[in-house]
Parts: sequence; C-alpha cells; structure tokens
Amino acid sequence: MADLMRLGLHDLHLSLGGKMVPFAGYEMPVQYPAGVMKEHLHTRAAAGLFDVSHMGQVILRPKADMAALVAGFEAMMPVDVAGLAQGRQRYGLFTNDAGGILDDLMFANRGDHLFVVVNAACKAADIAHMQAHLSGVAEVIPVTDRALLALQGPAAEAALARIAPQVAAMRFMDVGIFDSAYGPLWVSRSGYTGEDGYEVSVPDAGAEGFARALLAMEEVQPIGLGARDSLRLEAGLCLYGHDIDTTTTPVEAGLTWAIQKVRRTGGAREGGFPGAARILAELAAGTARSRVGLRPEGRAPMREGVELFSAEGEALGRITSGGFGPSVDAPVAMGYVAASHAAIGTTIFGELRGKRLPLTVCDLPFQPTTYKR
Amino acid sequence: MKFTKEHEWLRVEGDLVVVGITEHAATQLGDVVFVELPETETMVATGDEIVVIESVKAASDILAPLDGEIVQVNAKLADNPGLVNEDPMGAAWFFKMKVDDLSAMDDYMDEDEYADYIG
Repeated sequence: MADLMRLGLHDLHLSLGGKMVPFAGYEMPVQYPAGVMKEHLHTRAAAGLFDVSHMGQVILRPKADMAALVAGFEAMMPVDVAGLAQGRQRYGLFTNDAGGILDDLMFANRGDHLFVVVNAACKAADIAHMQAHLSGVAEVIPVTDRALLALQGPAAEAALARIAPQVAAMRFMDVGIFDSAYGPLWVSRSGYTGEDGYEVSVPDAGAEGFARALLAMEEVQPIGLGARDSLRLEAGLCLYGHDIDTTTTPVEAGLTWAIQKVRRTGGAREGGFPGAARILAELAAGTARSRVGLRPEGRAPMREGVELFSAEGEALGRITSGGFGPSVDAPVAMGYVAASHAAIGTTIFGELRGKRLPLTVCDLPFQPTTYKR
Repeated sequence: MKFTKEHEWLRVEGDLVVVGITEHAATQLGDVVFVELPETETMVATGDEIVVIESVKAASDILAPLDGEIVQVNAKLADNPGLVNEDPMGAAWFFKMKVDDLSAMDDYMDEDEYADYIG
C-alpha cells in the first residue's frame, strides 16, 4: 500500500488488531478482531469509536465580514446557510450546474467563521471548488493538524462527558469547542450511524491519548469502516460516490429535507445555487426516479450494482448500497427506482446470480434513529 | 484431510467426500450471513460454482472440488449461517459428495502444504 496515506493513529489501529485496507487514498481499518457484525451491534448497544481523520476538515474564515462569506457559501448549495445559528451545524450539498451532487458535507457556524467537514475522496476537489467560489470573501484553510474521531451509540454521551462534561448538554447538531487534557476539542453532536453521538476534532498531538482514554472505558470499542457502512446503510444515509454523485440530484436522492423553504420557489432567498433550474423544477413536479429503501425477501443480501426490474421485466434501476443489516437481522438495500414503482410496499425484483428475486420498496431508515433532539 | 487453493477442506467419510471451508477462509470472509447450498442428487464437475456464501463484506463461491454427485447438504447452515464462523472445520461442513475418482484428491494439498500456502 505504498501510495496510500496513513492516518495519524495508524499505529494505534495496528496495535488494536485493525485490518487495514485502501479507502479514498488512505490505509483505513476496515475491522478489528471483533469483526463487522459485533462492531456494528456494539455501536448500537454501547459506544463505538471511529477514526474518520481521512475526511476533510476546512475552516472558512471571512476576509471582511461574515455575511459576505455566508452569502458566498449559500450560493454554492441549495441550503439555508444564513439562517444557521451560531453554535449549530447543518447538512449541506455542493451541486453542479446540471443539478448533480458534487459532494455532501457538514458545516457549522462558529461565530466568526464556518467549519466544514467533507468526504475524503472529494476533499481536494471540494477545497478547489470552495477556493474558486469564495476566494473573494474568505480564506479557505484546510485543517491538517487534527484527527477526526466519531464516538457513536447510546453510551457515547456518558463516555465523552468524562473527558469534556459540557458535551452532555449538547443537542443533535450543536457544536462547541471545549478544553481538555488532549487540547481543544471541536465537538459536534452528530455522526453517520443513526445513533446519538459525537464527532470530535482533536489536535494531532493529543489524538492518541484521547482515543486511548475513550477505548479504556468499558462502553467503548474501536469500530472499522465495515461496520460504519452497515450502520449508515441501516440509518438510510447516503454514501457519496455510491448513493449520490454528479448523476443524481438532491430531489432524486430524497434529500429534499436538506433544502430549506427559504431556498425553494417562493422562499425569501429562492434559487441562486448551481443547478437551481432543475432542482426547483423537480421539487415542483417530481422526478422520473427516486432513491428508495429496499428489503430483499429471504436472507440473501443484494449489493451495489444489482439491477432492478418490474414483474413484467421492465428495467427500473439499480441498487446503490446493499448488504446485511446486523441490527435489522436481514438484508437491506437502497437504490434508484422508476417513479412508477417507487411507492412504499411495491414489490420489485433484483437480479442475483441469474435469478430475479423479490424485494419490497420500504421507508427509510431501516433502523430508527436515536438523535438527541 | 486435503485442501484446495480455494480454501476448501476435503475429508473422506466412508465412500463419500465431505467438503467445507477452512478456518483461514472463514476468518477472511468475516461474519457469514447467508449460505445457498446445491440441490442433492445434482451431478457436478470440478470447478462448478455450487455454493454461495455471503458474509457481511462480500459474496463468494465454493467450487466443486471433484467430479461427482451431491448426496447430502448441511441444512443447518441455512438457519444458522454463523456456524461457518463458529466451527468451519467441523459442524459447518457444506456438502457430501459421491465422487467418480477418489484418486483425484491426491492432487490437492495436505495439511502442511496448505499451512505453507496460506503463509
């Protein structure tokens, strides 16, 4: 794995028995000795610690005033940036002129600047994209001296509060900066597992001590990318490059909840983002296809790439994420399906090893979320 | 016991050959969540894909290691695919076959050779 970058906590992962695999240009732990199934279930039962330091952390610092930065950033996304209160985080989507999705991200209002977290595979492009759009109003500053760790699950609050007691009072999508023995922690109450929990940016110098302190707690186990994927799939969350990409729009992807009213037709700041013509038209008139949840009948998982058909044999779309859901205890999948067959409860068919096997279109998420709102 | 490069083990039991996957293979696969077994009384040729194993990570096939007839399959695996991780070399055998030519087993690795093969 010579061309791959290593995480700051690489040696910690090895010492924990992490099995390292290439992912988005990094050597990442896909699982630890417990294995994907146990790691997944442990996260839902107690608390799982994930190293997501491969993701891009970026500070957007206004050159003059915050309002110009906010307006500039808002012009990149169909999302309400100006209405985000200080100390809060929101989900965002960079779109292109065709309405496709360049990346999905989290951004936080930290008073005098914005803090953005983007996907690892997209981070170079995202940084260039932000520089191109924001160079007049902001400095785009990649944060390269901090690890990013996620602590997820029902015991996450109790565990992290032993290090930073202030986190207990946070609500879902709150952000805060707290001093700790490991340096200033940039904490958000969020994550990508469907569980309550936190993402914590910690200075490189303190990262191993912070991770070891958490792992020393009875509730906390290290969790690899394998379980991260099955957890986010059960939570119905999109994986960029699989469930969403430049060929899918936010409306097709069912991400309309991320497009606040103020940016929609009739809103105070309607449109004015890349792809607005298509996205606003789709919000009004619907789309030819939609991302849906899918439950294969039986026990055989249907994975990304499985082609979907109607009972009459008409091609309907394909699965974009699929596998076995350890908490659901059944195979689960997501994919794009023609609008004619996208209603909840519709039976469609996926082609698996030459056989067309039934799946039911279902509501997302598969596993109820437990965010602390 | 004999071993294939595809990480199957073969054990002679009377006039039948019992086939499963090795501990090494089970570990590599991760948690097994689904096993699709062949029909009994099926004639198979060496290299036919006759079992599908799905783990939390991926799907893989088990190939027929010899020419012959599938005479028995391990129905326990359909209800409890996790048995493959718990006892891959014992209770989690996949199928028993009546083979045309037992001497074809000689081509496969013995335990020491397999241990070298997986390093």
